[in-house]
Amino acid sequence: MAAVEVKNLVKKYGSMDAVKGISFSINEGEIFGLIGPNGAGKTTTLRVLSTLLSINSGTVTILGHDLSKQSGEIRKLISYLPEDAGAYKNLTGRAYLQFIANFFDQKEVPTIVKKGIEIADLGARIDDRVDTYSKGMMRRLLVGRALMTNPKLAILDEPTSGLDVINAQEIRKLVKSTAQKGTTVLLSSHNMLEVEYLCDRIALISDGKIVEEGKPKALMEKYKARNIEEVFIRTVHE
Amino acid sequence: MSGLGNITRKEIRELLTPATFVPIILVALIFATMGNSIQGIQEQSQAPPTIGVINEDNSTLGAIASTILHERAKVVYNSTSRSDKQVGLETLKEKNGVALIIIPQNFTERIRHEQPGNIEVYWIMKGAGLMDTLSSSIFESLIAYINTNISKELIQENTSIHNASFVLSPTKRLETTYFKNREFQGLSPNTISGMLSSQSLLIPIVMMMIIIMAGSIVITSMALEKENKTLETLLTLPVKRTSIVTGKIVAAAVIGLLLAIIYMIGMQFYFSGFQFSAGLNLASYGLVITSMDFIWIGVSLFITLIAGLSLCMLMGTFAKNYKSAQTLTFPITMLAMIPMFITMFADFDTLPLALKIFTFAIPFSHPMMAPRALLFHDYTLVIGGIVYVAIFAIVTISIVVWVFKTDRLLVGTTKFKWLKGLTRRRRF
Repeated sequence: MAAVEVKNLVKKYGSMDAVKGISFSINEGEIFGLIGPNGAGKTTTLRVLSTLLSINSGTVTILGHDLSKQSGEIRKLISYLPEDAGAYKNLTGRAYLQFIANFFDQKEVPTIVKKGIEIADLGARIDDRVDTYSKGMMRRLLVGRALMTNPKLAILDEPTSGLDVINAQEIRKLVKSTAQKGTTVLLSSHNMLEVEYLCDRIALISDGKIVEEGKPKALMEKYKARNIEEVFIRTVHE
Repeated sequence: MSGLGNITRKEIRELLTPATFVPIILVALIFATMGNSIQGIQEQSQAPPTIGVINEDNSTLGAIASTILHERAKVVYNSTSRSDKQVGLETLKEKNGVALIIIPQNFTERIRHEQPGNIEVYWIMKGAGLMDTLSSSIFESLIAYINTNISKELIQENTSIHNASFVLSPTKRLETTYFKNREFQGLSPNTISGMLSSQSLLIPIVMMMIIIMAGSIVITSMALEKENKTLETLLTLPVKRTSIVTGKIVAAAVIGLLLAIIYMIGMQFYFSGFQFSAGLNLASYGLVITSMDFIWIGVSLFITLIAGLSLCMLMGTFAKNYKSAQTLTFPITMLAMIPMFITMFADFDTLPLALKIFTFAIPFSHPMMAPRALLFHDYTLVIGGIVYVAIFAIVTISIVVWVFKTDRLLVGTTKFKWLKGLTRRRRF
């Protein structure tokens, strides 16, 4: 069964079409990358799949649940990491993870928090207030938050955006290991190296439409490109 | 362009938004409407007072008093016998009069014998607000004028009265006030109004403070969720939208009530000082707030707090950040202040119909009006208010939950064009 099934998804903001009838599916346990230039409709698509935005037309099925009718059920199974997410500044890192964990099965709360702390790997700083964290520390905490609940589907919008090489590398490893444990991952990224390293399959999106879809290697062969960056430039600009 | 000009232009462009101006314009319109209505009341009150006169004394001093009254007031009832008192009072009630004055037959005689000449004043009090007592204040100055003229007469006559204090104050007022089917002997409308104000001023002030403090907590909380980028995460967690909305309202209500308790303790001491100095006890006039009445006031306060916070929550959904939250707190503050001033200046019963509807429509008015209404056993206004505010709260919460379920909370898109300016779109 496909973890995500998107058919002819249309999303408009007033008179502006942000997503123009895209279709794709993601298999369970797969890392699927949505790649495209700024304003292509990546974040809108991720927000729709995260139950944040309604759809104008088309159908979206996530883990067997219809998005339009069962958004409450879907929220129990997914985890969304927005690109520019933040945390409650008056809380410590631990208290923030505890606050999020409290929305899940009460028996599992200590295990969830423990896992979150492990993923965030902030050492003693986990007990410091969030407003004292650097950008890298904040992102690690948020990735910990997103993955600590063992979601069936993790939706990550630019997970390594703005991070230095070391932090970005660690987060990529985390995402990869999470998928290996059975979590389906849908991510968006500008970083083509990241996409090539992480994704089993990718979809290139431009102006609200999917212009190409497939395995990174297959796409590179198809376009006789040395890397995904070249594929991206050829499909989007040529 | 100079650096200063460049920065000034950028700042003005940033500040010149509908979010800054719409609330101020709305508040200005509200004040303009209120001003017009209050001006109407004031003009009405400043006209010569409408009175009735029963003059049983045909002698010189009685004639002086009667002449002054006829010259300076609008006399709608005239008689020479106190047996007509009831008819006079009925006539005045019909003609919106202020008071019936009886100058007894021994008025002149008593003054000549160095005894104060009684002027019996039967006040017809319509409301307990400051504006409501304007007419009676004007009439009180008229009676003081009568006193002065009789003094002059006594001095001109060069009488055998040698007591200077008596010559300067030869009359005595015997007052009875009729208000809301009750008779208050020995009290003027001004005294009653002052007494009621000191008793019922605490609730409006506390209500206003709770709404301002707890309301700004809710609005700011929503704004901070957006500014700190935590809202999107919150909305994708397995929690019902109603739980998010209710949780925020309940938390603010708890903090608001805590603040109110602290505030009330301080204010109680403050007002107890006033009550002591007034030296009057409302209970001796049958005006008592029972334990059941306190429950009604509590219910009214609680329901209004929930309604107010729901309204703040709705405003908060339009807040983009902390700065815009501060702007959005302003109309709520005004909405809390307006009924406080209205109830201070005028009684609900005596307001013009438009202002009455406006006051009733503001949820915050009801707990402010409740103590006075309960003193006079006006349960219709109190219970009607509670029902209205409960409906208002339910509707507002439903709207907030609906907003939480739509894209509007995140992207600010709306079908209402006038709201678009208040909800600038985010970057996608």
